[in-house]
Amino acid sequence: MLLEVVNSPFNEKQATLLNDVMANLTQQQKIWLNGYLTATLNNTSKMVVEETTSLIKTVTATILYGSQTGNAKRLAQRFGEELAQNQVVTTVKSMADFPVNKLKKIENLLIITSTQGEGEAPDNSKTFYDFIHSERAPKLANSHYAVLALGDTSYDLFCQTGIDFDKRLIELGAQSLVPRVDCDLDYEEEAECWFTAVQQQLMAQSGQLNQVDAPLKKVVSTENYSKKKPYSAKVLEKINLNMTGSDKATYHLELSLENAGIEYEPGDSLGVYAKNNEELVAALLMQLSLDGQQLVTIDQIEITLTEALLYHYEITVLTKPLIAKFEVENLPHENWREGRNIVDLLRYAKITSLTAAQLLSKLRKLPARLYSIASSLAVHEEEVHITVGQLRYAIDDHYYDGVCSGFIANEVQIGDELKIFVQRNEDFKLPASNQPIIMIGAGTGIAPYRAFMEQREEQQATGSAWLFFGDQHFMTDFLYQTEWLRYLNDGVLTSMDVAFSRDQQHKIYVQQRIIEKGAEFYNWLEKGAVIYICGDEKKMAKDVETAILEVIATYGQLTEQQAQHYLVTLLAEKRYLRDVY
Amino acid sequence: MTGKIVLPPQEGQTAPNEGIKKASNYLRGTLQQSMAEPLSASIPTDDQNLIKFHGSYMQDNRDERDERQQKKLEPSYQFMIRVRTPGGAATGAQWLMMDKMAHQYGNGTLKITTRQAFQLHGILKWNVKAYMQEMNNALLDSLAACGDVNRNVMCNVIPSMSAVHEEVYQWAVTVSEHLLPHTRAYHEIWLDGEKVIDTPQTEEVEPIYGELYLPRKFKIGMAIPPSNDTDIYSQDIGIIAIIEKNKLIGFNLTVGGGMGMTHGDEGTYPQLGHLIGFVLPSQLVEAAEKIVTIQRDYGNRIERKNARFKYTIDRYGIDWFLTEFDKRTTFELQPAREFHFERTGDRYGWMQGTDEKWHMTLFIQNGRVKDFEDYPLMTGIREIAKIHQGRFFMTPNQNLVIADVTTAQKEKIDELIKSYHLTDGAHYSALRRNSIACVSMPTCGLAMAEAERYLPSLISKIDRLLQQNNLSETEITIRMSGCPNGCSRAAIGEIGFIGKGPGKYNMYLGAAFNGSRLNKIYRENIAEEEIIMELTPIIKHYAQTRLQDEHFGDFTIRAGYVTATTDGRNFHEIAKNSK
Repeated sequence: MLLEVVNSPFNEKQATLLNDVMANLTQQQKIWLNGYLTATLNNTSKMVVEETTSLIKTVTATILYGSQTGNAKRLAQRFGEELAQNQVVTTVKSMADFPVNKLKKIENLLIITSTQGEGEAPDNSKTFYDFIHSERAPKLANSHYAVLALGDTSYDLFCQTGIDFDKRLIELGAQSLVPRVDCDLDYEEEAECWFTAVQQQLMAQSGQLNQVDAPLKKVVSTENYSKKKPYSAKVLEKINLNMTGSDKATYHLELSLENAGIEYEPGDSLGVYAKNNEELVAALLMQLSLDGQQLVTIDQIEITLTEALLYHYEITVLTKPLIAKFEVENLPHENWREGRNIVDLLRYAKITSLTAAQLLSKLRKLPARLYSIASSLAVHEEEVHITVGQLRYAIDDHYYDGVCSGFIANEVQIGDELKIFVQRNEDFKLPASNQPIIMIGAGTGIAPYRAFMEQREEQQATGSAWLFFGDQHFMTDFLYQTEWLRYLNDGVLTSMDVAFSRDQQHKIYVQQRIIEKGAEFYNWLEKGAVIYICGDEKKMAKDVETAILEVIATYGQLTEQQAQHYLVTLLAEKRYLRDVY
Repeated sequence: MTGKIVLPPQEGQTAPNEGIKKASNYLRGTLQQSMAEPLSASIPTDDQNLIKFHGSYMQDNRDERDERQQKKLEPSYQFMIRVRTPGGAATGAQWLMMDKMAHQYGNGTLKITTRQAFQLHGILKWNVKAYMQEMNNALLDSLAACGDVNRNVMCNVIPSMSAVHEEVYQWAVTVSEHLLPHTRAYHEIWLDGEKVIDTPQTEEVEPIYGELYLPRKFKIGMAIPPSNDTDIYSQDIGIIAIIEKNKLIGFNLTVGGGMGMTHGDEGTYPQLGHLIGFVLPSQLVEAAEKIVTIQRDYGNRIERKNARFKYTIDRYGIDWFLTEFDKRTTFELQPAREFHFERTGDRYGWMQGTDEKWHMTLFIQNGRVKDFEDYPLMTGIREIAKIHQGRFFMTPNQNLVIADVTTAQKEKIDELIKSYHLTDGAHYSALRRNSIACVSMPTCGLAMAEAERYLPSLISKIDRLLQQNNLSETEITIRMSGCPNGCSRAAIGEIGFIGKGPGKYNMYLGAAFNGSRLNKIYRENIAEEEIIMELTPIIKHYAQTRLQDEHFGDFTIRAGYVTATTDGRNFHEIAKNSK
């Protein structure tokens, strides 16, 4: 529809300008503009509200997040926006960016943090974490605080970083606004409750809560698809990148985003909802003599028990809380639960009868699996690619498949649909196109670098790029080999080093290559290179960090402590970025 | 002291290979770096050409090409290494080393080539050097096993059948050693030999070859009549031992034979060597060297597919050659002596030599040594190699001779032969016992059709025809090459097949059983069904009207299926009245 003076509230000049602009907008731009206008309109009305309610006391809050995969950061930003809309003067910052000398002045400190691996703080919170736990941390007697902890109950030290902050803030004299909440993978609802409670406390401080006509304002996501509302993406391509004879199976998946309006950037991750193994669900039903056809209600929708167990509940991970809920004690040994599933547990504990409701009440929701995106939209319009390593292991001669990778490897076929959503990761992004980058990855950890290279080629980036890759065998496991060779040939990639651990008697890993090339590596750092590490935390990232520290110490002629400091500076400059799992 | 060799100028743009050789600093190129480069199992084109001189070809497993491409992996690049074994001789220790290397670095099999050499396939780039060093430790090398130089010198097998045979074999070794390149490149690159200081060379590094080496590969073979197992006429230089009263008196020489051609280019053709005369043993090395230098100077360096010695001889004529040879040699060539060839095939089974020692010729289908189901060939030979005190000889027909066995040891070896089901081929048809196939798919880059993997099953089908016609024990030579380069010397098979495309072959008939006449194309581009259909009436006709001791090749000419090819230059001519 063309805007005219007669059919719109605009004058002729405005109508002409708008018509010009509108004609050139994409669907996504229109949607964005719509949201933008609504939001600015809200702000305007708020200002009006503020003026008329000047009796309200100004309340300030600082949200600090420690985030590895971006969940904590996203929550922090959304809560920040909502607080701002409700007249709380809010600062949202990554712990890495927060000047610690301002800590003492904070009125309300809201901490949202995840926990890495075995109880470690996320990369971008390490400095702050160390500071607050040090002797230099100030007394916080005038501060209120609240902690929201994100974690995964399958780890022993569940939500440890949040627990540490909570404990330490009490020690420093801060007063708790609301009790800490520890969230499992399925964190949304609990996080929301925590936030509502926090918000009410803050409103109470400002005196707003007494006002009847001030319902709390909510931020509505402008994205069509989300974790709660995943997109069904058609599988366009599925390739096992490993050759016959490999011990591994790594699947390259290409998914269609046609007309979905889904956008992402290199460095982001893709959430994929898996389906549990049908045989395992059947075994579970049989163990408990349950009828899979009986109906159960999930999110107000009735589905069969089989469907519920296939798509909605996790049955493959034995978390400590889960074992407790089944009241099983005296497991054969401490690590028994690792890698085993619920059928193993029920069989071991000889539990043979539970109702469907009893069973489901003990289970946690099947979490989405996150995979680093391996493509750039600039090259693959309306497509997203991921690289999925099949997890397969044996315990007592019985084979177990990873839930999502097993599903992708064994069941997903070209033409099928996968439920997906984009998980932003602002902390794993390409720098300016002229800045050098060093990319380090093993196995599927190479995935985001494929996206990086695609992006950089499209940008005609001038920054040099160095890739370190490791896997088992050159002949069978050199993931995306022909693409790297082309990027090298075309100069998109400046240099590449590989470590194939099992091609010789002594195993060789990427960290050895880093040390071998130490002088050059250090030289790149001095020239401002950004380091990326992607892959398995325990098996790779730690050793790589040790190697980098060694290189810094050797070639920068620094002590171990100075090298540590050098790395901390890199962290602060966002030049040491990790996407580890 | 030899000055720089200056070649007579040739008109036109020299072939790209010539530039690569010239720039290579005597076969070094950038091999040292490219063999260590870690991101690709391949090496650049120039180095691919140079590594041939070191006895290796870069190949890839063509069976995996499509799959690897889909998986975003480069082709499975790998190296074939051909070992220089003059006369096909190897000790038990050398055999064991080759066997071990085949498992450690190769694809777990060994190939006995049609030129009596070991061939190992499937060696990853980064293992080539380690392999070369192991080989060196076992006193073997692959220097000049391929490339534009004189290659492995062939020699009639069972040299130990008599003292004369041993003498002839020693001449093969001598000629081979004499014509080796002198460059230190092989030692530097593979054996960590000391690098020659980079000073301007005033003296020629290669006194025989010069810095451009030969325009094309060069092959020498020696035969002891009446056996023509080395296919003397297919060699650039054929050396025929002349023996009188059990004494080696000298050699007849042939020049200008060769098998290769290009499909669709009648200017290329297989050719048989021309008999030029007789030399004394003491003149042999000089004769060979001078012939090589004639080809060095006059071989075509513009058009590579016309660069073989046979084209040089045909272009200038044999009289010109004789004049040129005379100019270069210090002796007079004598008229050729009488000799007679009977056959090209091997004689299988145990034979006792004049020195009382025993020699066992094992049948090895197409020279492929591996463990088959119910036929642990590779294990069997390995066990024999562990106790065998004599030598092994690889034959030009891709078989294996366990030579120099004492009577006392014969029993033990016989036991092993039986327990591992090794065979003298007696239970196979005479056709199969006289078959040769090159490697072809999946490793040979030139292959257009299968050879080694296919010929055995084709023979089974032809065997049925022979059985029906009572010809199972009639010796007929059958040879298959996957491409027209002719490693299996298919152009001198009584039944010859040269690959045209997947499953398609040109079929040739009419070669002489003793290797003295080329065959002629009978049908072009046919598949198995047509092959059988075409052969059915001919074999029946042969069985019915065959003259006494008439060979199949001679019969197909007499009966008019093909006309005789009297010279390589009429190989492509087809008489209008041929059936």
